Amino acid sequence: MRRLRFLLEKEFRQIFRNKIILAMIVVIPTIQLIILPLAANYEVSNIQLAIVNHDHSQATTQFIQKILSSGYFKLKASSDSYDKMFHLLSKDQIDLILEIPNDFDKHLQRGEAQKLLIAVHAINGVKANLGASYLNEIIKDYSSQINLEFLEKNGGRSPQVLQISTSFWYNPLMKYKYFMVPGILAILVTMVGSYMSALNIVKEKEAGTIEQINVSSIRKYQFILGKLIPFWILGIMVFSIGLLVSRIIYGIVPQGNLPTLYLFIAIYLVAVLGLGLLISTFCDTQQQAMFIAFFFVMIFILLGGLFTPIDSMPEWAQFIAYANPVTYLIEVMRMVVLKGSGFADLKRHFLIVGAYAIGFNVLAVLNYRKTIN
Amino acid sequence: MKQLFAFIRKEFAHVLRDKKTLLILLGMPIAQILIFGFALSNEVKNARLIIWDQSQNAESRQLIHKIGNSKNFELVKYFHSEAELENVFKSNQAKIALIIGPGFDALAAPDRKQSMQIIADASDPNIAQTLNLYLRANIGQFQQENSPQLKPHFQITTEMRMLYNPQLKSAHNFVPGVMALIMMLVCVMMTAISIVREKESGTMEILLVSPLQPFMIVIAKTIPYLIISLVNITSILLLSVFLMDLPILGNIVLLYAECTLFIIACLSIGILISIKTESQQSAMLISLMGMMLPTLLFSGFMFPIENMPIPLQYISDVVPSKWFYIIVKSIMIKGLGFADIWKETCILFGTACFFILVSLKQFKIRLQ
Repeated sequence: MRRLRFLLEKEFRQIFRNKIILAMIVVIPTIQLIILPLAANYEVSNIQLAIVNHDHSQATTQFIQKILSSGYFKLKASSDSYDKMFHLLSKDQIDLILEIPNDFDKHLQRGEAQKLLIAVHAINGVKANLGASYLNEIIKDYSSQINLEFLEKNGGRSPQVLQISTSFWYNPLMKYKYFMVPGILAILVTMVGSYMSALNIVKEKEAGTIEQINVSSIRKYQFILGKLIPFWILGIMVFSIGLLVSRIIYGIVPQGNLPTLYLFIAIYLVAVLGLGLLISTFCDTQQQAMFIAFFFVMIFILLGGLFTPIDSMPEWAQFIAYANPVTYLIEVMRMVVLKGSGFADLKRHFLIVGAYAIGFNVLAVLNYRKTIN
Repeated sequence: MKQLFAFIRKEFAHVLRDKKTLLILLGMPIAQILIFGFALSNEVKNARLIIWDQSQNAESRQLIHKIGNSKNFELVKYFHSEAELENVFKSNQAKIALIIGPGFDALAAPDRKQSMQIIADASDPNIAQTLNLYLRANIGQFQQENSPQLKPHFQITTEMRMLYNPQLKSAHNFVPGVMALIMMLVCVMMTAISIVREKESGTMEILLVSPLQPFMIVIAKTIPYLIISLVNITSILLLSVFLMDLPILGNIVLLYAECTLFIIACLSIGILISIKTESQQSAMLISLMGMMLPTLLFSGFMFPIENMPIPLQYISDVVPSKWFYIIVKSIMIKGLGFADIWKETCILFGTACFFILVSLKQFKIRLQ
């Protein structure tokens, strides 16, 4: 126990001695948490629309008005030529082109079917898909409205009404930030934990100081614990600052129970730090450790369900996603913060992350050799 | 010139000697492109749906069958109370719920009012909205199919034309994006520690007293990394064409020229970090902690840049990977030529010059 205390004292001194690094692991995440959610904005509200209008009737103008008043579209340009609009689209200035044919309204008044062309800039799937389906909804609406008028004029019955109402739970204002902030905080905590611990043992290897520890009577587990505890405390600190920032800047108050959240983070950090230490024991240079940590963190970020939904990944990728500890943290953060889920809902998450925490650290201890080949 | 070559040879020897690192440098981008090129998708598929069927008749069962069979939804279970719904949402078992009101009957008399309720877990607002629209479209379609009397006399139909990506493949967006992201981070990280490492191990002094111009030392250090990066670009391009069916419609020479320019810009950022920092650890933390998420977000392949607040749009302008992403998309997928991307090229060129000049100014020949 006394040995561990000395080790801890040494590690803390090393951390606090280097003010730049200390500032970096506290300040950079905070700044990123403040700025990045503003950038990660997918509220589809200004889809750039271009209209090629061959029919200049009053009814068409009203139709266009109806589209624009939905609030999803911004009329970026309109002209008589499709090619001109296509040119704008090829320069990424436009997302959708709607082409209205000649005598559109005249044909409708006569009760003839009409076809509209929607050309979609389809490289970015979400915008294209969502934009096109909004536009389709509006057109369908308009179509049935015209139909109704037509039927009434000709003395027909009005069709049946099926009322569908939608309510959006947990985020009725549909703010994308509420979704993003907890996820980004999860990633930042993970980065702090894994990078710091991945670089640490390797640094001692490169500097040669590890041999002094190897020849001392320090046990392997003591050494690993000595490395783990300081970063664990730093991680909890970064997480607390993050919660505070998201409350002050974004007004996000966790709906659920804070101790549950902290208990989860505590276990989770042990797992991530263990992974970092494990990487650290495998590598010879800081460069290697950094690249391997980078590789894992990229997978953590992109396959953790932060930006793209896990459900839409192919099966093998879902397998990776569910083997990814960050997936569970992101899920838990969103569940507790937004939905107020309790411990009973999170049992599976606790179990899996707990298993990781034990597994990674046992492997790290086993893989750390006190002898040099 | 001869001295410079000798230096470049020395640096190559350094890089090639360390087989483990070399393997990581060359293998990692391939693995990442493979994983992300196939895995990332914004399509909404197999969303978990739960249903409360208050009608319990043939019609409602037919509707449920239809929805359950669509590729967008996966019916996980039925529920029978609001409390149950809350539990299901809280434990993430479903994303959307449909309540079919009593007496659902698509063929019902026109004057009878019927209602349905959709409840979505909107913690992810976009998915919630998309699912809502899909579900509504499904129900509307079912109604029309099953009640001929509802068929409108005429209809406004739409013809969809998916430009550049007719099959709506996610790879068309994500491969150029991930390529820009990975190349930028790898290039910066590789060079960021190259000079710091010499400082840390004390060998920098030996290099500085050599007859070579100090800045030539820096150039010599980056050449091997430039070549590694070009090899990486080649393997990424091969993978995306042969495995991910991405086209290269434009000129491949132009594509390589742009890649080289981009790599030089990123390497020069790495050099600047390397010159300004004192330890490998801080160089790495800057390039990893500091650059990873911003590069990811400001490249514009995940989130549309025009949605960002104006100040952040300016920030995105200084991120080289944003311009490279636009260039790669334009050349590979749209088949555009230099005339359409000269502006982006100039910006990349300017970035590279800027960082090289700043590094030149900052590079100290004397040690403190």
